[in-house]
Amino acid sequence: MWDYSEKVKEHFFQPRNAGVLADANGVGDVGSISCGDALRLMLKVDPDTDTILAANFQTFGCGSAIASSSALTEMIKGKTLDEALKVSNQDIADYLDGLPPEKMHCSVMGREALQAAVANYRGEVWSDDHEEGALVCKCFAIDAVMIEDTIRANNLSSVQDVTNYTKAGGGCSSCHEGIEEILVKVMAERGESFKPGTPAKEEAKPAGMTNLQRIRKIEAVLDAVRPQLKRDGGDIELVDVEGKTIYVNMKGACAGCQMEALTLQGIQQKLMEELKEFIKIVPTKAGALSRATCHP
Amino acid sequence: MEGIYFDNNATTRVDEAVVEAMLPYFTEQFGNPSSMHSFGNKVGLAIKKARMQVQELLGAEHDSEIIFTSCGTESDSTAILSALKAQPERKEIITTVVEHPAILTLCAWLEKDGYKVHYLKVDGKGRLDLNEYKKLLSDQTAVVSAMWANNETGTFFPVVEMAELANAAGAMFHTDAVQAVGKVPLNLKDTKIDMLSVSGHKLHAPKGIGVLYLKRGTRFRPLLRGGHQERGRRAGTENSTSIVGLGKAAEMAMEAMAFENTEVKRLRDKLEAGILAKVPRSFVTGNPDDRLPNTSNIAFEFIEGEAILLLLNKFGIAASSGSACTSGSLEPSHVMRAMGIPYTAAHGTVRFSLSRYSTEAEVDRVIAVVPEIIAQLRKLSPYWEGDKPAAEPEKAFAPTYA
Repeated sequence: MWDYSEKVKEHFFQPRNAGVLADANGVGDVGSISCGDALRLMLKVDPDTDTILAANFQTFGCGSAIASSSALTEMIKGKTLDEALKVSNQDIADYLDGLPPEKMHCSVMGREALQAAVANYRGEVWSDDHEEGALVCKCFAIDAVMIEDTIRANNLSSVQDVTNYTKAGGGCSSCHEGIEEILVKVMAERGESFKPGTPAKEEAKPAGMTNLQRIRKIEAVLDAVRPQLKRDGGDIELVDVEGKTIYVNMKGACAGCQMEALTLQGIQQKLMEELKEFIKIVPTKAGALSRATCHP
Repeated sequence: MEGIYFDNNATTRVDEAVVEAMLPYFTEQFGNPSSMHSFGNKVGLAIKKARMQVQELLGAEHDSEIIFTSCGTESDSTAILSALKAQPERKEIITTVVEHPAILTLCAWLEKDGYKVHYLKVDGKGRLDLNEYKKLLSDQTAVVSAMWANNETGTFFPVVEMAELANAAGAMFHTDAVQAVGKVPLNLKDTKIDMLSVSGHKLHAPKGIGVLYLKRGTRFRPLLRGGHQERGRRAGTENSTSIVGLGKAAEMAMEAMAFENTEVKRLRDKLEAGILAKVPRSFVTGNPDDRLPNTSNIAFEFIEGEAILLLLNKFGIAASSGSACTSGSLEPSHVMRAMGIPYTAAHGTVRFSLSRYSTEAEVDRVIAVVPEIIAQLRKLSPYWEGDKPAAEPEKAFAPTYA
């Protein structure tokens, strides 16, 4: 059975804002019926202020899909459209006190339904820009399509490369066989054969950013989260940046806090969004992150 | 009220008499059956008795045809790999699209090693086309593996007839019978079945014990080597405690065979009829006329199975589903897809599997609860309007793939 949080269960058993919204003026239908998850999000938007007055959902889906839909409607009610669009899938998952890695796509679906509904209200056509494949890496919730695309785009040829670029395989390592299979397939497309033991590529610097710019950007993200940490009596400090690994020091109440791993995950997500690349955040007191993300 | 356990195809409760039979073998009778002293000797005798009890349940000709393994999956792997190793000139396998992953995953892996695997299709009721099967059999076929009864729908395959055909083509025949053993009377000595897999925990024995039936004279290559146990066909110190438990469970299954096929079947039929009568847009999957007596697989259209299970669980009712979400995969059950069940129904399939411990009161309770749960979830479904599906549901809701 899935390890659902109490919050997920609560939103599943007592979903908020479920059912048809009769006078909706923005509707988003997203999902895939073959995967068994699909969602209709209905918004009633005040045309003068662009404020969401009401949000309802109908979901064909599992417990976490229904809970994510319910959470989303609660989160966006009363927000303006622009504010609402800032809600990320991670925010939805956080609102529910986390989702199992196999179920993160439920929160992604929530965010996409929101984008689709807003586009519908604005008279635009929303089109989905990502495809989802079978989950390969359960530690970091990375699917096969993402791995394939990354291998193709960057000419990768080793498992270590894949881990460096996508994080897949960087945790418990039980998916390495699966990653090798994808490598064999994609490398065959470009006429190469996969050889175990191929050294990883030199870690390429993200295009268009010098080391200094990159570190400044990282500092800026950390500065942005710092007030939140300070409120809880903690702090964070950048220790070093080595390629795609960012070492930090958790200070004060944050150090050793039970929520440390969760906090770091959130920061890691923000860093990845800002830097537009896959990075790994490592607390200098080793292990805290992997401990929490890697339990099965 | 205690929980209602209608998930006996997943696993069963160990019978108390089985536990009682096992207990002395943890403490007083802890010896290694291979040892020369009296500590080991008694354990050896107990294993011998268990072997005969299993032999009787399977209707095997010789007790030496019973090889104890660790589980059904080990038996499946041993059987297929042995058949390939023993007949290196034959490079083909015939199996079916609805096998358990224990067979399908192994076959997919063997394909990478150059073996050709033929997957027999099924029709809308989960039945095979024996003409297709006959055409595929050849002097290249090393082994045919077809399940006796499907774990999701309970539907039977005509394995006795299929074994005859395989035998005539000079191919070995294996059947994964983990769901059938204990529920279907078996008489293997009168069949051409070469190998058959049993799983203890499906018939009220503990988990971690299985059997591979190997007909005398079938060429065999062990999976595990390194000891003389099981006549050298499965090395490794015997799981004596569980073997004793499986023996006792086999004996009890023999006694309960008639009950399973009358009383348990009656309860299953009542449950199924009761639910179908009260829930619109629901139907039985598989072949209702030829299936296990304890299994009912019902598709509830326009809702998703995991959500149904979570709500059932809230009422203390345990069942399982063929939805993608319960397994973390992206596709609903391969069995439902193979039968051509549309996605809107395949994701909403629920399997109820009873046992000889199921009661009338439990069945009545489930019949009372299920319709409410289905109605509650349909209220949330974009395919549903009021008390019926939206007109042209596929058009009323056609989401963008995300």
